[in-house]
Amino acid sequence: MEKRVTFSSTTIGLLFAFPMLLLVFVFFYWPGGQALFWAFTLEQPWGGGNKWVGFQNFAHLLKDPIYWNSITRSLVFGAGSTAIAMGVALVLAVLTDREMKGHSAYRSIFVWPYAIAAPALGLAFRFILAPEAGLLSILNRVWPDIWNPALDGNDAMIAIIVAFSWKYIGYNFIFFLSALQGIPRSLIEAAAMDGSGPLRRVFDIQLPLLTPTLFFLLVINITESFQDSFGIVDIMTQGGPARATELMVYKIYFDGFKGLDYSGAAAQSIILMVLVILLTILQFRFIERRIHYK
Amino acid sequence: MGSIAIRNVRKAYGKNAVVHGVDLEIASGEFIVVLGPSGCGKSTLLRMIAGLEEISSGEIAIDGRVVNKLEPRERGCAMVFQNYALYPHMSVGENIGYALKVAGVPKAERLRRVAETAKIVGLEAFLDRKPAALSGGQRQRVAMGRAIVREPGVFLFDEPLSNLDAKLRVAMRAEIRRLHRRLGATSVFVTHDQIEAMTLADRLIVMNGGRVEQVGTPAEVYNRPATRFVAGFVGSPAMNLMEGVVDAHDVFIYDQTRRVALPPSLAPAGARVALGVRAEAARLVPAGTEGSLDAVVDFVEELGAGRVVHTDLDGLSFAVAIAETTTLKAGDAVGIRIAPQDVHLYSAESGLRIDGKAAAPAMAAN
Repeated sequence: MEKRVTFSSTTIGLLFAFPMLLLVFVFFYWPGGQALFWAFTLEQPWGGGNKWVGFQNFAHLLKDPIYWNSITRSLVFGAGSTAIAMGVALVLAVLTDREMKGHSAYRSIFVWPYAIAAPALGLAFRFILAPEAGLLSILNRVWPDIWNPALDGNDAMIAIIVAFSWKYIGYNFIFFLSALQGIPRSLIEAAAMDGSGPLRRVFDIQLPLLTPTLFFLLVINITESFQDSFGIVDIMTQGGPARATELMVYKIYFDGFKGLDYSGAAAQSIILMVLVILLTILQFRFIERRIHYK
Repeated sequence: MGSIAIRNVRKAYGKNAVVHGVDLEIASGEFIVVLGPSGCGKSTLLRMIAGLEEISSGEIAIDGRVVNKLEPRERGCAMVFQNYALYPHMSVGENIGYALKVAGVPKAERLRRVAETAKIVGLEAFLDRKPAALSGGQRQRVAMGRAIVREPGVFLFDEPLSNLDAKLRVAMRAEIRRLHRRLGATSVFVTHDQIEAMTLADRLIVMNGGRVEQVGTPAEVYNRPATRFVAGFVGSPAMNLMEGVVDAHDVFIYDQTRRVALPPSLAPAGARVALGVRAEAARLVPAGTEGSLDAVVDFVEELGAGRVVHTDLDGLSFAVAIAETTTLKAGDAVGIRIAPQDVHLYSAESGLRIDGKAAAPAMAAN
């Protein structure tokens, strides 16, 4: 006789899933639904419910040069930070892969920046990059006013790109390193026997075999640059100077909570969400077709 | 072109020594097989020749040039790896041609040489395929082609056949032999498979525990194993070894009743020795026959062409190979006769062969 108390597998499965489902519902589907609702309606000036306006909110946005500015800024930010974060991480990983003593220590140390909340990170970099007293203040001594993120839009963009890249270098490094370690040693040795030097091996053997990882990180980095940048922008530049760092995600917050244009902000967040979803779909479609090592 | 001199080469990882001083002269064009159990240092030795492993002390020279400090690509060796190590993102043609591409050979000549090589290894029809779309035997050929195309002075093989199934292994073995005859490059082939070793080698090097136990032609190694280890390792089934003492009348005494007559004055009286007899050399006779060892049949192994009768001598197992069919079954009492000229004798202390003459000549190579 079966003595243990048993549940039907469906019931117990649902029970275990329930807390997670609840969280996903409360923090994703519900606000997502609300945003959809706001995006297609307008609030009556003096209260009294929302009026259905169809795509009017979107049409407004797409005609607005300020919105297009934020899209451009987001693309510059995404491209810059992804290039730096992935490029530096790849170089570090290739160098580390050649001399692998204590790699478990590298692994945990390099992933720490990723665990730091964006606002804390932003604050730290605000000090580091401060024009009066930060690391770059030396430049200002030599050439007055050459570096000032508070006044110069390009400086501000550089500042947030640097801060964001710093956070993702460690994250990318971990992925690159484990992918490099996954390449059979004998392949590298075979290439060495074939007369290929260390640098040539990187380009001929290691990089091609890293393509799945490269692509995965590319999508993750771009996606995160759209989403995870809010805290850094808010602490370091507040979108300024003169909207030079007003990324899409920051503009959503600013229009919605500072400008109280819920419908406009909701429409922007729908656009951003669609962008991120498209990127994610692209990643899954593409990665499944990539080569594997065997 | 392609002679290799290995002089007192040692390898240690920290304090852990894996190769203890190997000396070896390999003539140009020779096919050398290094045979030994796993962990005996044979692969390490090969990788030191290739330049994939640093040499802790001693010297390796290829064509008279000391290569200790040279990069693999400067040594003029090509290597075939156990797992083939094909570049998965390149086609068969690109895999074979990679070394030429790195060397900067012009494209037209490269393609011509790749096509030529593909013909030698029988892969003309597969040049555009990726390694993943090939069978095990074909991958093996690509790996061979990749080594051949460079026309190297020295071929290094690191257990290249161990991932193939038995039938393919025999076929590839023959092909490697044929290829060697055709190209004439010096080859060093590492394996733990003694059949491979016996069939391929011009000269065999048996290694154990980081030392060379014997160097010689396959026949020499089989007929006159230089040490007790080689005696037990080379040959299938393994040579029967029994420990005992030699008495004053040139008789080997295993226990109360079991004795074996030895050739005259082979070993001094009172010497503790290990006596070895090949399963093929021992004879089965009816139980109780004068001068035979009493044994009980344990089981009979049917090999098709012959059979091996495994017997038990009060706890010591002893194999006898016979050609004719037999009705013997487990538990039957039999006698085993050993002729004096078939006896191999080894010192129980040093494990060295006792010849009654000077020290074993094969060991002089060490």
